[in-house]
Amino acid sequence: MRRSRGNRVNEHGSGIEGEQVKDTATNYVTEDGRTIGGVIMEMKNITLRFGGVVAIKDASFDIHEGEIRAIIGPNGAGKSSMLNVINGFYHPQEGEVWFRGEKRPSMKPYEIAEQGIARTFQNIALFHGMTTVENVMTGRQLMMKKNFFWQMLRVGPALDEEVKHRRKCEEIIDFLEIQAIRKTPVGSLPYGLQKRVELARALAMEPKLLLLDEPMAGMNVEEKEDMSRFILDVNDQYGTTIALIEHDMSVVMDLADRVVVLDYGKMLADGTPDEVQRNQAVIDAYLGVEH
Amino acid sequence: MLESSIGGDGLQSIPALLRRNAKSIANAPAYREKELGIWQSWTWSEAEKEVTDLALGFMNLGVGPGDFVAVIGRNRPYLYWAMIAAQMVGAIPVPLYQDAVAEEMTYVLSHCGARFVVAGDQEQVDKVLEIQSELESFEHMIYLDPRGMRKYDHSRLHAYNDVQEQGRAASDKAKAELDSSISALTYDKICVMLYTSGTTGKPKGVVLSNRNIIETAKASSEFDKLGKDEEVLAYLPMAWVGDFIFSMGQAAWTGFCVNCPESAQTMAMDLREIGPSYYFAPPRVFESQLTTVMIRMEDAGRVKKALFDYFMAHAAKYGSAILDGKDVGIWERIKYSLGEIFMYGPLKNTLGFSNVRVGYTAGEAIGPEIFDFYRSLGINLKQLYGQTEASVFITQQPDGEVQSDTVGVPSPSVEVKIADNGEVYYRSPGTFVEYYKNPESTAETKDPEGWVATGDAGFFEESTGHLRIIDRAKDVGKLADGSMFAPKYVENKLKFYPNILEAVLFGADKDRCVAFINIDLNAVGNWAERNNIAYSSYQELAGHPKVLTAIQVHVEEVNQSVARDKMLSGCQIHRFLVLHKELDADDGELTRTRKVRRKIIGEKFEDLVTALYDGSKSVYTETEVTYEDGGKGKITATLEICDVPVATGSTSMAAE
Repeated sequence: MRRSRGNRVNEHGSGIEGEQVKDTATNYVTEDGRTIGGVIMEMKNITLRFGGVVAIKDASFDIHEGEIRAIIGPNGAGKSSMLNVINGFYHPQEGEVWFRGEKRPSMKPYEIAEQGIARTFQNIALFHGMTTVENVMTGRQLMMKKNFFWQMLRVGPALDEEVKHRRKCEEIIDFLEIQAIRKTPVGSLPYGLQKRVELARALAMEPKLLLLDEPMAGMNVEEKEDMSRFILDVNDQYGTTIALIEHDMSVVMDLADRVVVLDYGKMLADGTPDEVQRNQAVIDAYLGVEH
Repeated sequence: MLESSIGGDGLQSIPALLRRNAKSIANAPAYREKELGIWQSWTWSEAEKEVTDLALGFMNLGVGPGDFVAVIGRNRPYLYWAMIAAQMVGAIPVPLYQDAVAEEMTYVLSHCGARFVVAGDQEQVDKVLEIQSELESFEHMIYLDPRGMRKYDHSRLHAYNDVQEQGRAASDKAKAELDSSISALTYDKICVMLYTSGTTGKPKGVVLSNRNIIETAKASSEFDKLGKDEEVLAYLPMAWVGDFIFSMGQAAWTGFCVNCPESAQTMAMDLREIGPSYYFAPPRVFESQLTTVMIRMEDAGRVKKALFDYFMAHAAKYGSAILDGKDVGIWERIKYSLGEIFMYGPLKNTLGFSNVRVGYTAGEAIGPEIFDFYRSLGINLKQLYGQTEASVFITQQPDGEVQSDTVGVPSPSVEVKIADNGEVYYRSPGTFVEYYKNPESTAETKDPEGWVATGDAGFFEESTGHLRIIDRAKDVGKLADGSMFAPKYVENKLKFYPNILEAVLFGADKDRCVAFINIDLNAVGNWAERNNIAYSSYQELAGHPKVLTAIQVHVEEVNQSVARDKMLSGCQIHRFLVLHKELDADDGELTRTRKVRRKIIGEKFEDLVTALYDGSKSVYTETEVTYEDGGKGKITATLEICDVPVATGSTSMAAE
């Protein structure tokens, strides 16, 4: 791993600065010296119900531009539902979603994608018969302006456009070091690599906000280290804001600038990894309490 | 081949040759690299501009005559240019192995006192930054790929492009200074310093002069009639002398194009796309390619498999003979051409060998089956014998005189003699100047007359005049009964089985020989899959009873074959075990060029060696391992020890 996660752990070590972060409304500086911008997305009193089941109950938090924001919680806490709300797949019954200073009306997922929000899935959702580069190219589809027939002809302006977008995709392929599987059908790739291809496709959209649903689920230690490095590099290189759900606590604590903890749809805590770790309600939710 | 008389035209350095090429073959491709999925190329004149800009940038940074410039990274045109640029300003390039861990790097960088480092990417930069406090003379580092380093402290770090940019802005005075610096490069100036991987002890810095490199490049290019239209793939470590001769020396001398792969993982694909005409690979590469082919043929359909077997059997009989231009019947030739259409051609294409005109293998002994396989396909694969101290070439096989068990005749202008103890000595224009800051070792290796001890034991075959290498001279020991102990000879025989990756033989001063075996996870894993043998780890597979039985059969066969050689029949293996971990350079068990470090292994696994000799049936052991990220861990295992029947010389004689 190029950039040691260990360092970041130490950098998060002092909790004092962390407490200052909590009340900052706009910009703040992380412990490792990155300046985080203003609020890019704000969730205000979100409540999401499926019939009688309350998946999310009155949750409010924000995501700052350029930060790595983690959403954690035990099974069934409503993490994926929250991601689906951000992503516009679910529409909350109550509450408001503000994105880049505007209240977001109810939108279709593709409209939200056009706004610059990309995601990966807990269960890989790639086109299995297509090659890596083809899958990554689908991430550019929204930006391709030539219509279907032009693309079928693949001459003149349509070809120019494809070359331009292919270049961008190749840069991402290079960035994620998947050149060797460029022409391999993704169905035949191991799980860890498929996850990486999915990340590549999301990055191909050049998102403002990248949502990662359990990016390390089912990976071995080495794959996790690689993936952590790529997430940090994406954040560093492209300045992409990242919101991620993850079960591996050590990964979350190392990667995230701030963490939201959900339990049974309710918000338990919100703060730096250090604060969250020391929060009694969080400890109780994870370890259980004596009754 | 470019016509020019050496020396007289001032062509006594690689920068001078580069400038000549930039004039005489300005628009011929000089370098190619695959980037963003496309082959990018530079002509000789473009390359010359790039190198000059960089050299001027170097001067601006303060690189001067006599400075050492370390170059670390995978094969990329930019890094080759960095080496030439360093030479231009009178500095000495020191390419390092890119997979070296920080400690190894500390030794080399502080030994040569490198003031400047050119690093390929963040990984290499991080390693140097980690050890910079221990490097007294280190001043500036230039990096190529800026990824991940935006927020690094840039007081001593410089982007490659920025250095070139500054070079472009250089004054006329600086340009004139560079010109005079280049013309001051004579045959006696140092061309490069290469650290030997060090089978024993600390690496030694081998100083090679311009005379060494250019005379060797010239002689070897003429030997194989290399011209400016050759294509080579530069994929072997830049720190290795072979790559320096091929990608720097011969490329500059003949003007052929050096192609760099996109990444280590894409090597096989890039090889196929480039289709090199001049190709070099250590036996290991040929071995693993052959293993892959065989594994895939096992999975092929019945018709294909039958065709493959039929034509390969034909090729095995007549392929080499046709390649060597010997008499082969017309019917056999027709059948061989059919095979070329249906089997050999497509196979060569898949392997990327369609255009190979001259192929070399060296570094280790190659299995005769492997060697013959490639030759029977019509690939002109030859063997050479060389070392860093000789600027590679000592002996090599001429076209049409190729054998699997010899290393050929002395290369042009190389003299070879065999000492009384069997050690091979040579003397040539390529013979190194000295070991840097190590006069004792220099004196030990090179005598005042210029004869260099290779450390290898060998002899000339009387019938052919070809040299045959048995083993390292110091490894050739004696068993307790006084008979000859040549471990490499036996290990190589074992390693020729696809299932066996490495073998380590013990027996010096003992009454009998025992061995450690490393299985090849690829080959054995595939075999396990086909036979429905479940395993969850390398360790479990290595200890599987069926695997042990299979290995036992191999060892028995090797014993029979060893028994046939009267001199070495004492080297038969009495007992062996299959190691629970792969021998690894990170753990110090292999050198970076993947040669076995027998002594270190013997000490590290002392408990296992003892168990092999004391007759116990199994042994429990704990081993420390180093992970790729530098962390350490411990693995434990109980290993079974297998006894092997030993063939007696006389019975096998009778069998023959």
